[in-house]
Amino acid sequence: MEMPAPDASVIGRKTQIVTRLRAVLPEDAVITSETALRAYECDALTAYRCAPLAAILPRSTAEVAAALRICHEEGVPVVPRGAGTSLAGGAMPSADAVVLGVARMTAVLETDYANRLIRVQAGRTNLAVSGAVEAEGFFYAPDPSSQLACAIAGNVAMNSGGAHCLKYGVTTNNLLGVTLVLMDGSIVELGGPYMDAGGLDLLGVVCGSEGQLGVVTEATLRILPKPEGARPVLLGFGSNEVAGACVSDIIRAGVLPVAIEFMDRPCIEACEAFAKAGYPMCEALLIIEVEGSPGEIDAQLALVRAIAERHHPEHWREARTEDEARRIWLGRKSAFGAMGQINDYLCLDGTIPVSELPRVLRRIAELSADYGLQVANVFHAGDGNMHPLILFDANKPGDLQLCERLGAEILKLCVEVGGCLTGEHGVGIEKRDLMGVQYSAADLEAQMRVKDVFDPGWLLNAAKVFPLGASAARRAKAGGLPPSP
Amino acid sequence: MRPETESELAELVGRHAGPLVVRGGGTRGPATAGAVLETGGLRGVTLYEPGALTLVAQAGTPLAEVSALLDGEGQRLSFEPPDLRALLGRRGESTLGGVVAANASGPRRVQLGACRDFVLGVRFVDGTGTVVKNGGRVMKNVTGYDLVKLLAGSQGSLGVLSAVSLKVLPRPPAQATLMLAGRSDAEAVAAMAQALGSPYEVSGAAHWPGRGTFLRLEGLPAQVEYRAGRLAARLGGQILSDGPWDAIRDVLPFADLAGDVWRLSLRASEAPALVARAGARAALYDWGGGLVWLLTPPGHDLRAALGGFAGHATLLRGAGFPVFHPEPPAVARLTRALRAQFDPRGILNPGLWAGRDADDRTGAA
Repeated sequence: MEMPAPDASVIGRKTQIVTRLRAVLPEDAVITSETALRAYECDALTAYRCAPLAAILPRSTAEVAAALRICHEEGVPVVPRGAGTSLAGGAMPSADAVVLGVARMTAVLETDYANRLIRVQAGRTNLAVSGAVEAEGFFYAPDPSSQLACAIAGNVAMNSGGAHCLKYGVTTNNLLGVTLVLMDGSIVELGGPYMDAGGLDLLGVVCGSEGQLGVVTEATLRILPKPEGARPVLLGFGSNEVAGACVSDIIRAGVLPVAIEFMDRPCIEACEAFAKAGYPMCEALLIIEVEGSPGEIDAQLALVRAIAERHHPEHWREARTEDEARRIWLGRKSAFGAMGQINDYLCLDGTIPVSELPRVLRRIAELSADYGLQVANVFHAGDGNMHPLILFDANKPGDLQLCERLGAEILKLCVEVGGCLTGEHGVGIEKRDLMGVQYSAADLEAQMRVKDVFDPGWLLNAAKVFPLGASAARRAKAGGLPPSP
Repeated sequence: MRPETESELAELVGRHAGPLVVRGGGTRGPATAGAVLETGGLRGVTLYEPGALTLVAQAGTPLAEVSALLDGEGQRLSFEPPDLRALLGRRGESTLGGVVAANASGPRRVQLGACRDFVLGVRFVDGTGTVVKNGGRVMKNVTGYDLVKLLAGSQGSLGVLSAVSLKVLPRPPAQATLMLAGRSDAEAVAAMAQALGSPYEVSGAAHWPGRGTFLRLEGLPAQVEYRAGRLAARLGGQILSDGPWDAIRDVLPFADLAGDVWRLSLRASEAPALVARAGARAALYDWGGGLVWLLTPPGHDLRAALGGFAGHATLLRGAGFPVFHPEPPAVARLTRALRAQFDPRGILNPGLWAGRDADDRTGAA
């Protein structure tokens, strides 16, 4: 993984930079010791690491603004960090960068049930947002797998999704406003406690911009009333094709389940060995969950069953109790853990049109055989967001590189059939160099122009998202900025 | 000018010197001055996969054509784009691109999201004549920046849309409307908040003063019956098989009345108090109160009457004030700079964001 050479002049001014940061931040908010900085070397993409110049943990929007103003004046690159759960390397620093972590900004600022919204500091974890409104019967809908740990700041940066976004949408569909601190330290309010933008939808482009446009310090989020209940069913099929066709038929039938999850045979076997959820051995499993009152759930599942039966499922198991529901989800939820026990793995995140599922799964199996690396598929089938897990051995020289090459092939395949490189994890450093597969030079140029507006000096997380070649001229200009006196 | 292909469109924009009025069907956008560039020649649905809930069409495709196609498969555009022709006294035919450029969303926005939430991808020609694509045709896509959101609602001021891809949804088999009679504005907004805060997935919540407060439920027949019953038990009222949703969506109560028409986006619970001090002749509440349409005497300075509030007021019909709400300086600066990046010559709908446009092109070029 190529990263730009760090700016030696910035590293040389470390003492001065740290002194200035200490002057505006509390003593414990500026981290410089080598051991403490190790925690900020990488995010959940652990294959790539680099210790930053320093890390700072401000507690307020004002502190973030003061720190950014200094970094801007000193020409110091800044890498914003939520909880560090990114699978794409979105929070990986460089040696000349200050990591700006929002982990200490976790307060709930306002809950407004009449208008169904909550305003939080952006370091609050995803699950703790739901936790804050649960007693009143509400929840925050986007539910990435890392929701126990991941921060709203990171969710906004990556436009995170989750298993239930088939019905409830992803972060951008549930975000009403943010307080954004620009690289020069200026504070901008975008959106607010109302439903649409008055002018250009700047909030819409900030969400998913991977921390390259500004640092989100506060967010206004939509909260939703909790459904009366939910019930999953487990369906087994003799082939991926049939399971894929069943998904498509259910989607168009007018009953929109809250989740449709798909697991293929390698994944089923691994999960069963690990979690012993009692899954039947078959080629493809679907977990379909619907919501409502018991009667409403019966009505929806009757429809799902009628559609599924046209595809002759080998297996149908409907959860009748809480415990049965838990067991149906158990295997799916432990999929990543199960894979981790077998081997190291790389988790991909391409999205494809649902109609292309059978073809893509077939081709992935062929590629897996060609590369001699096992691939297990577990994904959100309702929206076509695939998560192929490629197993490899990190201790075997060359295996990671081989795995990454196979990963790139699979992502190219996703784009080829009309899909995209990443559905919910983000580009980060991981898929940066594949952007040219999906976008032309003009397409990328249009995106980079947006960054030019928000961060003209290209100091915020600049080596991410765009292929280094595409962003080189802009980054060079930034590196050439003279430090202010 | 009426290009028939995207490359023709790109060439036209690239070599055109003066101001361009970007027009879909001319049914909803604010009027600007310049040479008219119509997208109606870019016509046709290029892909429709009912099983994947996706539709891709050229920007000038008539909305009616798309709706009919979807209807044939039991699907629809769930964001319910309003038809404002009667309200604004326009003729012509709404186009898909125009709907997206205006981020036009109807009553169901309160539950399922706005037009911008259903746009999966765009192709557009920027102010230099360069073709740009963003997003795609899949449901989940975080590959690069979301210019789709930026273009949706940009009123043609960043680029001319040439194609859009949309997420469509099945039309639920059943619906019902609960009507509450005789509620004051404040009572109505409180009742709507209660309904929207219930687990019954209310897909429309509107208050038409003098006529009633309306709550819409959609789904399987058993769901709709159950939910309407539960809501009626909580809130009272009468269960109707249908409600005046088209009239609310299209703001028909104001269509034949004289006066200016304003559209307010605000915090729903603050709506009754704001309406009380607005000096308006009539009000229509949608989105549980989060959207308020106001009919005012011509030339009434509504923004001055309202004072500061969290939200914005757009002048849809009338003159004498900027169409769009003035933005805080920091936001206005970003808007100007973005427009300068995407349209450096300032030819796309100049004057659109009147009041800010004077310095539109000088701020960040």
